[in-house]
Amino acid sequence: MRISCPFCGERDHSEFTYGGDASVTFPELDASLEEWNDAVYIRSNPKGVLREKWQHSGGCRIWLVLERDTLTHSISQVEPVRLTISELVK
Amino acid sequence: MTAFRFEVGGALDRDRPVEFSFNGRRLQGYTGDTLASALLANGECLVGRSFKYHRPRGIMSAGLEETSALLTVGRGASATPNTLATTEELCQGLEAYSQHCWPSLRFDIGVLNQLFTPFLGAGFYYKTFMGPGKTSRSWMFYERFIRRAAGLGRASREPDPDRYENVEGFCDLLVVGAGPAGLEAARVASGAGLNVILVERDFQLGGNLLQETVPIEDVTASAWLASRERDLRASPNIRILTRTTAFGIYDHGVVGLVERLQRSPGELDNTARERLWTIRAKRVVVAAGAIERPLIFGNNDRPGVMLASSMRSYANRWAVAAGKSAVIVTNNDSAYIAARDLAKAGIFTILVDAREKASGSMVDAALAADVEVRFGRVPLRAKGRNGVTGLQIGDPNGGHAEIIRCDAIGMSGGWSPTQHLLSQRGVRPVWSDELAAFLPGETREPIRCVGAASGVWGNDECRDSGRAGGAEAAIALGKTIVKPGFPPAGGWDNPIRQHVLNSIKGKAFVDVQNDVTLGDIILSTSEGYDAPELLKRYTTLGMGTDQGRTSAVNALALIAKMRGRQISEVGTTTFRPPFAPVSIGVLAGSDPGQRLYPTRRSPVHNASISQGANMIESGFWLRSQYFPQGAESLEAGYQREMRMVRRSVGICDVSSFGKISVQGPDAGEFLNRVYVNAFKSLPVGKARYGVMLRDDGLAMDDGTCWRVGEFDYLVTTTTACAGKVLSWLEELLETRWPDLRASATSVTEQWAAISIAGPRSRELLEPIITGMKLDNDAFPFMGVREGKIDGVDCRVARISFSGELGYEVYVPADFGENTWNLLLTGVKGLGGGPYGTETLDALAIEKGHIVGGELDGRSTLDDLGLGRMASGKKPFVGSVMRRRPELCNDNRAQLVGLVPVTDGETFEVGSILCQQQDLSGHGLGWVTSAIESPSLGHWIGIGMLNGGLSKWEGRTLLADNPIRGVRYLVKVVSPHFIDPEGKRLHG
Amino acid sequence: MTNYSAFELLRHAVSGRPWSRAWRNPEPKSQYDVVIVGGGGHGLATAYYLAKEFGIRNVAVLEKSHIGSGNAGRNTTIILANYLLAGSTEFYGHSQKLWDTLSSELNFNVMFSPRGQILLLNSSEDVDGAVRRSNIMLRHGIEARLLDRAAMQKLVPHLDYRPTARFPIWGGLLQPSGGTARHDAVVWGYARAASQLGVDIIQNCEVTGFLRDGGRITGVETTRGRVLSKKTAMAVAGHTSQLGEMAGLRLPIESHLLQAFVSEPLKPLLDHVIDFVSHGQFYISQSDKGGMVFGGDLDMYNSYAQRGNLPAVRDVASLAVSLMPCLGRVRLVRHWGGINDMTMDGSPIISKTPLEGLYLSGGWGYSGFKATPASGWCFSHLIARGENDRLSAPFSLDRFARGATIDEAGTGPIPRLH
Repeated sequence: MRISCPFCGERDHSEFTYGGDASVTFPELDASLEEWNDAVYIRSNPKGVLREKWQHSGGCRIWLVLERDTLTHSISQVEPVRLTISELVK
Repeated sequence: MTAFRFEVGGALDRDRPVEFSFNGRRLQGYTGDTLASALLANGECLVGRSFKYHRPRGIMSAGLEETSALLTVGRGASATPNTLATTEELCQGLEAYSQHCWPSLRFDIGVLNQLFTPFLGAGFYYKTFMGPGKTSRSWMFYERFIRRAAGLGRASREPDPDRYENVEGFCDLLVVGAGPAGLEAARVASGAGLNVILVERDFQLGGNLLQETVPIEDVTASAWLASRERDLRASPNIRILTRTTAFGIYDHGVVGLVERLQRSPGELDNTARERLWTIRAKRVVVAAGAIERPLIFGNNDRPGVMLASSMRSYANRWAVAAGKSAVIVTNNDSAYIAARDLAKAGIFTILVDAREKASGSMVDAALAADVEVRFGRVPLRAKGRNGVTGLQIGDPNGGHAEIIRCDAIGMSGGWSPTQHLLSQRGVRPVWSDELAAFLPGETREPIRCVGAASGVWGNDECRDSGRAGGAEAAIALGKTIVKPGFPPAGGWDNPIRQHVLNSIKGKAFVDVQNDVTLGDIILSTSEGYDAPELLKRYTTLGMGTDQGRTSAVNALALIAKMRGRQISEVGTTTFRPPFAPVSIGVLAGSDPGQRLYPTRRSPVHNASISQGANMIESGFWLRSQYFPQGAESLEAGYQREMRMVRRSVGICDVSSFGKISVQGPDAGEFLNRVYVNAFKSLPVGKARYGVMLRDDGLAMDDGTCWRVGEFDYLVTTTTACAGKVLSWLEELLETRWPDLRASATSVTEQWAAISIAGPRSRELLEPIITGMKLDNDAFPFMGVREGKIDGVDCRVARISFSGELGYEVYVPADFGENTWNLLLTGVKGLGGGPYGTETLDALAIEKGHIVGGELDGRSTLDDLGLGRMASGKKPFVGSVMRRRPELCNDNRAQLVGLVPVTDGETFEVGSILCQQQDLSGHGLGWVTSAIESPSLGHWIGIGMLNGGLSKWEGRTLLADNPIRGVRYLVKVVSPHFIDPEGKRLHG
Repeated sequence: MTNYSAFELLRHAVSGRPWSRAWRNPEPKSQYDVVIVGGGGHGLATAYYLAKEFGIRNVAVLEKSHIGSGNAGRNTTIILANYLLAGSTEFYGHSQKLWDTLSSELNFNVMFSPRGQILLLNSSEDVDGAVRRSNIMLRHGIEARLLDRAAMQKLVPHLDYRPTARFPIWGGLLQPSGGTARHDAVVWGYARAASQLGVDIIQNCEVTGFLRDGGRITGVETTRGRVLSKKTAMAVAGHTSQLGEMAGLRLPIESHLLQAFVSEPLKPLLDHVIDFVSHGQFYISQSDKGGMVFGGDLDMYNSYAQRGNLPAVRDVASLAVSLMPCLGRVRLVRHWGGINDMTMDGSPIISKTPLEGLYLSGGWGYSGFKATPASGWCFSHLIARGENDRLSAPFSLDRFARGATIDEAGTGPIPRLH
């Protein structure tokens, strides 16, 4: 796979580290156990488009959110997770 | 057995003869030969034995689809088994050997298997070899013989002596195959300005043109080819790779190529054997041609039975006649071309066509060349054993049987476009009844099949197809160019007639390499293994090195016939990468272990080695385990070093600890959330021991964290977890708490770190360091100070895991060796010395610290005896999840100290802690570390024990170690063995 | 149906009589006592034990393609039982026992061959870990032997023992009863035996939805019509989340891509199964046909593609050559991908679900093939009795919320790291 890092350009996915489902919202640190259980353990695991985190660990180390199809591996969107960085890129 | 070389002709350099050997016999070929063409030229028609029945086998093809001519090339460490004679370029001194036969190729004892043929049908082994008895013992007995009988070539046992290279590459368009279609696609695309890579498996460009005798664009095929090659080689934006196979197309246009680098055996240059190219191509044109299919008839595997087009290739390209008189059996027009060329070369040729009639230019050309044509006849059975002596033919119902004497049989059962690369992408091919072939399916992948790979048969049409493919790629990549249309698939004057199966006599092979017969297919289907994939697995059809190139479509047709369905309804099996077998070595590249997991060396590495350190790998770092004096054992060494530290002072390289600089106005708040204990309130100039939990509330890592400025912290991690913790901090900052103004930066490589421990630590440091006071008041326990060593800035923290007075000295990495040497001189003057990781851990164990084995990813803070560290005032990562009921259970395994009940007894790490009678199951816990304590004069250990100290302190348990055949009684004690009040620490 | 034996083989050979179908090919009935979704090894084993051990024979196994078309036919066929933690040790130990007599139990040669499985030890920490692991094995009646370097060199001579080896071999943990079996034969053997006991195996029958009555599952909609069932069981590892979603289940599972590799057939080179877990992961054995069968880590991203990428291929090849340097010239003939159900603790799920009448077996990760007999054994008990047996009780779904995870790798709630 090839991933377009907004800083470094298109690179092999092996330069990146997978960070899992980005659609999970982690609750406040003192939220309820139920909320934490859901965030830590439950995954929608779609066969199709998944929002997921990748870190460009072998490059600029930025954390990205990809929209990637888990069946075809086609990537439709790549953007930095941290909004301030998104603005920086623009 | 009368293959021979023509006096003239062929694309050979007859001025450059090549010596080679086959089964020890010295033979000669020419530059331009393949091993197969050279063998045939020397009349070597029997080259191997079949997998299951050990039937004699010859050369069946002239390409990658070869099923039979698998030889071992080279010997000793360089022996390469299962090498296709048909694609192996002949080179000076090549040694080839037949395999899978004993004692010799001609007298192979394995032919005895043929006596048992009736019992050895598909899947026979699933129905027997189960007894006597009910256990696996019986099968183990039979299996030994089966394993010995199976396998083809024998791999060398020696390490592969060769080197492999790895190249990364990029292009706009990758063209796979350099026949008329591929050449033209490359020409058009590069002409339009694309960067093109053209790869060809063969050592010559041209594909089908290499055996073509009909002119193209009014010039001979070889002249046309030469002019095209000249143009392409002159083009600046095209790279041509011959001897290169595209073995797989992966996601997003990543294509793997293997280039075979030409070398003669024994050539001791530094050339790699093969080169892996990882190409990122924006688009791919597949012009890989088509593969001719065999026909199914009795003994269709005999040496001398060959694909018709291959027979033609041998005649035209290599000037080799497969025999003196040939029978070509076919169901389609293409065989007429082969027959014509054979006849023109002087081989007496009869063509047997299953169809009732055929006409048109190809037929006329064959007839004009004096080919005798028999219509409405099919092959029934080949005659001869180690070679062909004749062919019995008849009408499709078995009538009118007659025998034609011949010494070579050419088969043409239609053509299969080579779509493996597309199939790898999950693109389903579409069956065309009209062409009796699978054509490329629709896909959104930027891949286009052209030429024969798309079912286009004629040379001119293939060229046009390539032209359209090249233009399409150029347009897709933004170039302006006129787009010619793709020619339609097909191109014969008469329709193909799907092969017929009635009245087959003798063993008729569908998959020649794996000895899968027509009978096996019938058996398998009738037993219910009738889906293509089930049949493949039950019969092993298509599972050989050729991966079903010539057998897959024939098998599908048979399944369809047997189930009374259309081929299109039966489905296909998926082709997997690699397209052709690829050596594991070239995928691995050179020094693969280091490429994958580079060993890391500390700035003090060389200095440690020069002190005689015994190095050991830990978390990718090479660390000094201990500094043996003479032949001192590890046990003696660590105890001596421990005594040295407790008595005087020692220094230890701890540069491998992870070091992360956390900076920013919110750094304190951030660390407050990450660690279980408080760091926001930590004063500048102070360090604190901290533990991080994972989201699920279990312990992740521990280490000290220093506040070196208001907005500036230094987080240290264990050696093993440095990368993990860094990524974790970055993830938290960027994805969960983007509002926090803080950043995490790895500074592990920037600092060398040396730990100093022992009552005389201060004495050691005093004369070396400037800019800081070392007395207890100015620099108390857990203080952090900055100063200079030898004029270079350093940081010192008063930290100790040994329980002794101790410091950690951090200097810039480049000054690590200098600082180490200064300290080394000093420490020796004080009666101390360097110590290693074994001692580092052993000192910590005496003090009751966790040393790694307890942090196994399954323990809670409380399990580790660190529950009191958790702040009740602030939430932190894992603070909710750690409260789950099973994680708060009092009976969980918790950290305890252990001592032997009987003086002088020992116990080993990994022993199971249990009640004395309880000798099965998981017991109550396990021993995580054990050392012989020189301070206490007996063995001590740490364990994890259900219920922990509160339940077991002072009680006796068994440390059961059945794998070593020992068990000892141990007493459960507090893990703080030395100086529990911490007097030395604060001294 | 004909018994399989050497005698019958002879009789058929002499008489030329055709063999009957290995399993019946019935039309689906409208109603069953139990419907099992998924015709892989686990689903078929479950059906077999339901019929055999519990006398429940009005059972259908629904398979969307042909039997064994999923992970059952895509794995590297390794069988071992060197698990460390309470729950795992007992469960896989039981599976190991069932394997030993499976061929005669099913009257189908599944070629279970305990040629021995060896976990390589590459550091002193590895040796320490192996002492504990082997002690746990021995205390559960599972054979174990610790081999030092010299013993390893004698037993498996073609590994890299040179001083330059990237991964020095300190020793090995041998489980003599570990080995391999022929994966497809396991599927076919269970299918044939289950079919003989009356189980209907329905191929090309995809489940498209669940029938429900309030909080109770009463059957399934399929591409071959509606099938009612008193109890419905899911055994579709790889697609557990998809099927679960049809029933509204929210599960702690991600689907990951695991590639497997096979070389050209070679004369015997390696007798044992070799496992390496010190740096990444690698495992290799030689099949009876002679191919070197090997694999490594996941591709490390969620996927249902059943095909992997080149970096993982290169990593696996790198470990292969690093550990066994003579493999450099050996050629790879095929590599393919499977979809691994990876749970949040790396252990499987055999469990009731919040929906009455719906049972779940899934999350098999790397362990699916070796677990096949025990999985069927335990799952059939759960379905028949409505409660987990002792062996599978630790694998219930509620373990996550309770904090009773079984995390053999110790890597926490990150599925790809297990």
